[in-house]
Amino acid sequence: MKMGLNRKEIELMRNIWIIASREYKLYFSSPVAYMIAFVLLLVLGIFFFLNLQVAAFQPGFVPGVEVFLAPLATMLVMITPAVTTRLLAEEKRLGTIELLLTAPVRDWELVIGKWLGGFLFLLTIVAITIIFPLMLNQLVEPGIDQGPVISGYIGIILLCAALVGIGVAISSLFSNPIAAFVTTLGVFIFLWWILDPITRVMGPAGSGIDLIRYLNFSDHFFANLFRGVIELGDIIFYLSVTALSLFLGTVSVEMGRWR
Amino acid sequence: MIRVEGLTKDYGPHRAIDDLTFNAEEGEILGFLGPNGAGKTTTMRILCGYMPPTLGKAEVSGYDVVDQSLEVRRRVGYMPETVPLYPDMTVFDYLKYMADLRHLKNVEDRVDGVIEKMNLEKRASSYISSLSKGLRQRVGLAQAIIHDPEVLILDEPTIGLDPAQIIEVRNLIRELGREHIVLLSTHILSEAQQVCNRVIIINNGKIVAGDTPERLQARLTGARRVSVQVGGDSDGLEEVLNNIPGIAHISTNVDGNIVFETVPGQEPRPEVAKTIVSAGYDLLEMRPVGISLENVFLQLTRDEPSHPESPEDEPIEDEDGVE
Repeated sequence: MKMGLNRKEIELMRNIWIIASREYKLYFSSPVAYMIAFVLLLVLGIFFFLNLQVAAFQPGFVPGVEVFLAPLATMLVMITPAVTTRLLAEEKRLGTIELLLTAPVRDWELVIGKWLGGFLFLLTIVAITIIFPLMLNQLVEPGIDQGPVISGYIGIILLCAALVGIGVAISSLFSNPIAAFVTTLGVFIFLWWILDPITRVMGPAGSGIDLIRYLNFSDHFFANLFRGVIELGDIIFYLSVTALSLFLGTVSVEMGRWR
Repeated sequence: MIRVEGLTKDYGPHRAIDDLTFNAEEGEILGFLGPNGAGKTTTMRILCGYMPPTLGKAEVSGYDVVDQSLEVRRRVGYMPETVPLYPDMTVFDYLKYMADLRHLKNVEDRVDGVIEKMNLEKRASSYISSLSKGLRQRVGLAQAIIHDPEVLILDEPTIGLDPAQIIEVRNLIRELGREHIVLLSTHILSEAQQVCNRVIIINNGKIVAGDTPERLQARLTGARRVSVQVGGDSDGLEEVLNNIPGIAHISTNVDGNIVFETVPGQEPRPEVAKTIVSAGYDLLEMRPVGISLENVFLQLTRDEPSHPESPEDEPIEDEDGVE
């Protein structure tokens, strides 16, 4: 695509935004969204409360951001499939994909729009969790370390972007939202939990192991960002996963036309 | 304007449409007539930029459906056969979304206008999931005309509707045909005759005939179907009628009526009446019956031996077939 007219770029953004804002609004018209938010905040709240209890009885233990960031990341891996599964699979199930593919919208605009809608919804839920560091800041003397809060949330946002991207790509392969959900969850569990023991079992040597270690989703989060260190490599990792997923999602939508 | 040249589409080894060539000009309502699986939906999907053809060329309003797909899509309104809608949106929101995707100005006015045109005012804020089939069809049509497209492509627009709704939709299409080129598909012959200026008959992916409904009918008036009802037992009547020259395809239907076809150019009916009476049967009724779509195909494809279907008595109006 040629770079050029400013107006044209605005037009492109407009299609993406129209699709994204419809998706975003639609989350709030179904109970699923509220259930997702409720479960996430409930689990985080329980963890938070338990940690405060421990802190109250153990004089040496000072709770930091890790008491909610770690469960938040884990919960996001669990709930994102429920957020993304609908995005394209539902369109295929209803047949409405035919309307979108005959509307003057490019395939990649459709895929990015869907991704953005899911991503913004997830960010909205994540934004609510800001209450935990704020509360913790009040409870802990002399306040918590700000660095890990900022880097941790940057990590969470990047993680959301990548997870939603993968979810959209998988959603584009199915016309059954439940099949898309199970597959997405399986892929996430593999990337988040299973790759980690694999790298440990295979040991430090070998070049094949480097790739597997590089794909380890949780390591890119917990190794640096979680600890307050912003490493460019981790940011690039999550952004490339997002971009690659959206590219593959677009290819998959395009392939659907040839069917 | 629609120009189609040598259009061919393969699904793997299966050839869905084979070398279609036709045009449609301004002010035309072009009917695509054919049985399920004939390739109507495939052709329409190619024309509205949904899928690319395997071979051949198609232009809508001077734009190529493959190379200038977006330009084509801007100028085409399409209602798929299944009328896909979002059940969890209201009629207004849904139409607004479709209008937004087409970057229309004064979107709300546009949506209100099309809601009024389709008589949907009372249901504008209802969720689509609560609408009846007929109302959904109207929402589907509203979606297709919201951007005032040059070309309107409607895939089986009356399928699944009750008779009153069918008449309503047909009237709507006729009205829309004044301002748009309309391409519609159907497998009901009478519908094509009533609504279209021109009909293309398509079977097994090939164009079998294309003409105005009047001229197509004229080609078919050669053969008429006649139903005969006699009082009491009609046993043996078939054999009696068999000897009369000028009639063919005699059969007895479930009601016991004898149905036969006249050979083109001959008028055997007076002879039939005389024969029945003189054979001792009580002739109660003799009336022409509509020529069904299958008969049209049989007539138009009679030279081809690869068409084994036998004629049925009633026009085929089975509405649950899916292509």
